[in-house]
Amino acid sequence: MSDKPDEKHAGTAKDESDDKTDKNEAARPAEERNLEAAKSGTGTGSGVDQRAPEQSPENLPGPTGEVHAVGVRRGMFGVSGTGDTSGYGGLVSAKVFPAPSQKPYGGWFDEVAGALEARLEATELTSAIESVVVHRGEITFHVRREDLPFVAQMLRDDEALRFEFCSGVSGVHYPDDTGRELHAVYHLTSMTHNRRIRVEVTAPDSDPHVPSLVSIYPTLDWHERETYDMFGLIFDGHPALTRVLMPDDWPGHPQRKDYPLGGIPVEYKGGSIPPPDERRSYN
Amino acid sequence: MSTDQDLYAAPGETSQGRVFTVTGQDWDSITDSIGESAEERVVVNMGPQHPSTHGVLRLILELEGETVTEARCGIGYLHTGIEKNMEYRSWVQGTTFCTRMDYLSPFYNEATYVLGVERLLDIEDDVPEKAQVMRVLLMELNRISSHLVAIATGGMEIGALTVMTIGFRERELVLDLFELITGLRMNHAFIRPGGVAQDLPPGALDEIRDFIALMRKRLPEYAALCNANPIFKGRLEGVGHLDLAGCLALGITGPVLRSTGYAWDLRKTQPYCGYEDYDFEVQTWDTADSYGRFRIRLNEMWESLKIVEQAADRLAGLEGAPVMVGDKKIAWPSQLAIGSDGMGNSLDHIRHIMGESMEALIHHFKLVTEGFRVPAGQAYVPIESPRGELGAHVVSDGGTRPFRAHFRDPSFTNLQATSVMSEGGMVADVIVAIASIDPVMGGVDR
Repeated sequence: MSDKPDEKHAGTAKDESDDKTDKNEAARPAEERNLEAAKSGTGTGSGVDQRAPEQSPENLPGPTGEVHAVGVRRGMFGVSGTGDTSGYGGLVSAKVFPAPSQKPYGGWFDEVAGALEARLEATELTSAIESVVVHRGEITFHVRREDLPFVAQMLRDDEALRFEFCSGVSGVHYPDDTGRELHAVYHLTSMTHNRRIRVEVTAPDSDPHVPSLVSIYPTLDWHERETYDMFGLIFDGHPALTRVLMPDDWPGHPQRKDYPLGGIPVEYKGGSIPPPDERRSYN
Repeated sequence: MSTDQDLYAAPGETSQGRVFTVTGQDWDSITDSIGESAEERVVVNMGPQHPSTHGVLRLILELEGETVTEARCGIGYLHTGIEKNMEYRSWVQGTTFCTRMDYLSPFYNEATYVLGVERLLDIEDDVPEKAQVMRVLLMELNRISSHLVAIATGGMEIGALTVMTIGFRERELVLDLFELITGLRMNHAFIRPGGVAQDLPPGALDEIRDFIALMRKRLPEYAALCNANPIFKGRLEGVGHLDLAGCLALGITGPVLRSTGYAWDLRKTQPYCGYEDYDFEVQTWDTADSYGRFRIRLNEMWESLKIVEQAADRLAGLEGAPVMVGDKKIAWPSQLAIGSDGMGNSLDHIRHIMGESMEALIHHFKLVTEGFRVPAGQAYVPIESPRGELGAHVVSDGGTRPFRAHFRDPSFTNLQATSVMSEGGMVADVIVAIASIDPVMGGVDR
């Protein structure tokens, strides 16, 4: 199941390059090169060869020069093969997510990150935090999945941290994030200090296991069941990991991006409305 | 159907004991068939269609006589895949979907989603003041209508039918206000990224003031009927007990958390939509039981009235102010207007795009069909819904549609407390305990 989107993308790319005009063929290597640069985190991340017309300060790239690209967006109208004659079918742009932040993070973020690091150093687990992303005033700690229970326990119990309230876990499926397709996102609140953080762990599609946090935050019981139900993420150590929203005998995990969607048959000469992900749409 | 036949399990198919199907037949036929082999331990399936389970909630209760030894919930009967559906609609259309989740507090679903989208768009500070005040006004009116239903259905479930009739009577007044302001009684999709869909209609403030005056007279009726009513207190006091440690462990928020005496209310602790500018008190109680939760809901309606009044006063001074962000790449291009044949697209706007400006037509078309792009990232802006912390985890990959929208619904989380609140108690108290959680299955199952 996990291989499907990749195959689809590969197929799309091939079809498109066949259809392309000579001009697009020539432009393609440059696009790809930029894309590679963007993916490896060395480029400026613009993904196009053109310089911004105005060099006003807000148009300049951020100081870190680091980007986090996950997958690409092709064309402007979603699926290929729908008779897109606009000429935009060959557009390739990287999906760039907020890059890891460098210290200082600002405000109380540094206090939390510092307290967490101090505790991790004391237990020789400094590599438990893979990266820290500060974006739009919210801080996200990307935690190595095997260390999640330990980090969560500390976040809950340490006096300087005291994240005693967990809002739940939300799964996200990034089919293009190779080797880290499934993300589990926890939102924690410190009522003591009135702070909110986000903890994110990833698991590959081939090994969809994440340690359960039910023993630390009992509220996660149903939340983990829902994430299992919808994404197939298996929370090791959960007391009874069964489906919670879908029927018990339901095949597949509906919120995954590769879950097949249904079309609608219409009674006109055997026609049917294709499933939403195969319709022509803006993307 | 005789009790010997069972649609769901033939004799010998169950792992334990014998199955009796109760579908409205004479009780004698059931007691007769039990015969001499009566057992004290019974597993009762209640729901998912049962008048006192707040919608399609299924309870599986293990009883020793009338004492509940184990209580479990079965949910998912109202799962409609709203979160998945939102991934195939534009960011603006998302409000149309999420408003249908918790159908008793639609404005809260819209608001938390929209606040997340606005944070990702980085326009939180650009949303006009009038839009924020209207959001607060609608949310607080919605808190009143939601609490009224909680009290009404809770009363009905213990036989206090008058509480039910007067609760729905007052809720109807709130829904009339919603209809006047948004055009719809429920499922409004009125709060949009960047502001709200429409300005206040003429005369709305007068109607709101009339409503406040009327509610000031009507709310004491609930107190008079219930607060010191010995039957009401007898049914509610000490039932569904859950202390602060239990609430935090189970992630319980809202009136249940505040009934332990802890004044945690996101409107005060982490204000959004300008709640820091309003004068109101966080209501708490110290009994940690169903009665305390009832009193909190009653008191919170008074506080909401205070906020509605302040919001109405502010709106009176904001006549003609914009209700949508100034950025034309985000703001919906057209407004509705009253024409000779009722409400519809503004004729001025139609004339402009069809007769005057090709660019305006292109802009309208692109924004309505394609929508706007939201920078990649994720946001979580929780708000205090009538049931507790409601938050939308909104993820964008930089496209015109949500990459993922997950709603942390307080009903879903709070319902986990069913077992701990009802085990060891009487079977009749299970109903009271669940009513005090006030779960809405549309929010639980999404």
